[in-house]
Amino acid sequence: MKNTLLVVTAMVLVSIVSVGGSLVLADDFPSQNINYVIPFGPGGESDITARHQQAFFKKMYGHDMIISYKPGGGGAVGWAQLNKMKGDGYNIMGINLPHIILQPAEKDVGFTTEDITGVYMFHYTPDAIVVAKDSEFKTLEDLVAYAKENPAKVTFSGSGKGTSNHLAQLRFDKMAGIKTTYVAFKGTGAAVAALLGNQVAAEWGYTSVGASQAESVRMLAVAMDKRHPKFPDVPTFKELGYDLVSGAFRGIAVPKSTPEEIRVKVSDIIGKINADPEFRALLENDGMALLDVDYKGYPAFIAEQSKVMLEAAREANIIK
Amino acid sequence: MPGIEHLLAALTPINILLALSGVVAGTVIGSLPGLTATMAVAVLVPITFSMDPTAALIMMGAIYTGAIYGGAYSAILLNTPGTPSAIATTFDGFPMARKGQGDLAITLACIASVTGGLVGATFLLMLAPPLAEIALAFGPVEYFWLAMFGLTLISALSEGNILRGLIGACFGLLLASIGIAEISADVRFTFGSQVLLGGIETVTALIGLYCIPVLIDLVATPDRHLKVTHKPRGFRFLEALGLAWKTKFSLLRSSVVGTIVGILPGAGGSIAGLVAYSEARRTSKNRDNFGKGEPEGVLATESANNATVGGGFIPTLVLGIPGTPPDAVILGALLVQGIRTGPSLFTEKASIVFTFIYGLYLATCLMLPVGLVIGRYAYQTIVTVPKALLVPTVAFMTLIGTYAIRNSISDMMIMVVLGVIGWTLNRFGFSPSPIVLGLILGRIAEQGFVQAWTIGAATGELWKMFFGRPISLVILAFILLSVFYPLIRSRFRKTTGEAGNVE
Repeated sequence: MKNTLLVVTAMVLVSIVSVGGSLVLADDFPSQNINYVIPFGPGGESDITARHQQAFFKKMYGHDMIISYKPGGGGAVGWAQLNKMKGDGYNIMGINLPHIILQPAEKDVGFTTEDITGVYMFHYTPDAIVVAKDSEFKTLEDLVAYAKENPAKVTFSGSGKGTSNHLAQLRFDKMAGIKTTYVAFKGTGAAVAALLGNQVAAEWGYTSVGASQAESVRMLAVAMDKRHPKFPDVPTFKELGYDLVSGAFRGIAVPKSTPEEIRVKVSDIIGKINADPEFRALLENDGMALLDVDYKGYPAFIAEQSKVMLEAAREANIIK
Repeated sequence: MPGIEHLLAALTPINILLALSGVVAGTVIGSLPGLTATMAVAVLVPITFSMDPTAALIMMGAIYTGAIYGGAYSAILLNTPGTPSAIATTFDGFPMARKGQGDLAITLACIASVTGGLVGATFLLMLAPPLAEIALAFGPVEYFWLAMFGLTLISALSEGNILRGLIGACFGLLLASIGIAEISADVRFTFGSQVLLGGIETVTALIGLYCIPVLIDLVATPDRHLKVTHKPRGFRFLEALGLAWKTKFSLLRSSVVGTIVGILPGAGGSIAGLVAYSEARRTSKNRDNFGKGEPEGVLATESANNATVGGGFIPTLVLGIPGTPPDAVILGALLVQGIRTGPSLFTEKASIVFTFIYGLYLATCLMLPVGLVIGRYAYQTIVTVPKALLVPTVAFMTLIGTYAIRNSISDMMIMVVLGVIGWTLNRFGFSPSPIVLGLILGRIAEQGFVQAWTIGAATGELWKMFFGRPISLVILAFILLSVFYPLIRSRFRKTTGEAGNVE
């Protein structure tokens, strides 16, 4: 075992050195592997998306995206350390909305929304109301009508509190003039299990649930501008008279010390992966919706989303 | 039995090679405290992109199986469970090693792990779709009661020392509430510090509370780490096999318990090991030897935790809901390959699923020779290496391992602080297990309770929610049984008088 220990130790040291000792050269960027930090644990949706990108990055640039995890505090632990990483473009981190907007507004989590230098928002998983296949709610109208007669009795599972699912529930309740009960679960997997096991009446989930559980669930409506290409039969909330477009947005940020031209380069790389037709098809098939907000567009995008999300959270008393 | 052609498809030279290297890599990684099965699988995901899905699955399954078994080494030789699954292995494994029976304990763990793995895989092969329903039947309230059951087992396990066990468990519950709460998103007990925001990682606590006290004692006392009572005599395989055969029913029962607990996505290997261990102890003839180096204790936990591998794949493959954290990573790797798990997988992509299951059998069988050889090597090393080398090496590994879990410096500090606390508490007769179990079960109990309460209050059936569901009532009965069992037992002994003493 001694030898094994030595080998593993050596491997750890080599990997630390190879990640740490990088030079900033804008012209031939990327000339080595990129260290991609996910502020959540392995196996979540952020991880799975990153894995998709990893495969295409390797194909396009010949280098690896090395994915590592810094979970804790719903992402806050990772984001609080973002600006302490080396700003050479070879260190990037996944970012998620509404997390990076709501967390600092709720309490001191060690970072502010402005601390985060986003370079690209590449997709979102639209919120959707999902019910079990044998549910009595055939349409959104059924659900709303029932909820009107039975205030607070309709239970929704959803992933976490202060998350996109939760905000969607709060906003929709207000729009429809109903009162429902939101039950937070640890991640989408647990929320789906609660739905399939009839522990709750419905789920505030994502279109990705409609894709992965196609045989056992039905989506009543999706919170998108237009219908999702994979689900042409599922109406949008807009069509049904509720102005709700929302979801969990994902993007990439770099440490603040990253030079301007490198920021643009990272933004271009993510954009190029996003533009690949094969990549798009793969993600759409998983129920995601692609988004192309690059480095230039990021500040305006965040400003707009902050306004909507903070207002909804304030009305729901999640934040003061 | 589904398809002999799938068995043959699994047995190609390349698959055998992948399974073999997977088991070796998994065993080595799992034996290092802090390097978990989840991490082992996650690191290898990029390699699988260029493979075909079946080969990728077989390799990931092999690594996973190996890592769960590898966790037994550090539990037995260093009193440090490499993963939460191996907590109960320390109860008897380390005492055995202390008595100079470490080689036997490791061989026992290997036989048990292979048995558990095969039982889990058989359930996966034969009964996956119906068994997946169990995962759905377990709602928040069932998880709450299950966690409560786990907590009562702590008190039963610390027999003679119940008060200290309960105090330890309460300390663990308090530790569990530090940081941002999973469900309510409240910030608790961080005292304004960023370090504690992410809460206390389970594996960090495992390493700190178990391993650091051992290291401190090693430095503080002149004795050898483990006694050597005999010259190395091979694997002691037949001796171990004989012991396993003697307790074959207990071994099988533990494997079934492990499979069923593995199916529950919210439970995990620590509960599986704990339930199997206490069941084995309750029914054993050698009951009083448990905790002092009883081979049956090692057999029970190690078979149960490896059975969770097959069990965990049941909801993962049938429902698309990962049964365990490593399953979540494997699920993600499959999605990248364009394969979606779910009910249709068993019909539409049957060849992939069944080839994989046979691959899991293959990996589990390979674990026997691999585990024996690596295990013997690990034992020899730990026994013969001088203390001056052993202590710094292990200390260094604990730091690396703790850092690797979340790439966090704060976790290293938390680990060392917990280690000092653990060592101090040990002086006063507190063992680390109740604390760690309180930490793990506290989170499960809290989530289940809050969710069950919310749903029950909304539907106006709060009472029925907690006390009106069949599965809950069964678990509740077990809770009462385990709380009052020591009482009933002593009462029984008194009334039977001499008969009890003769035994």
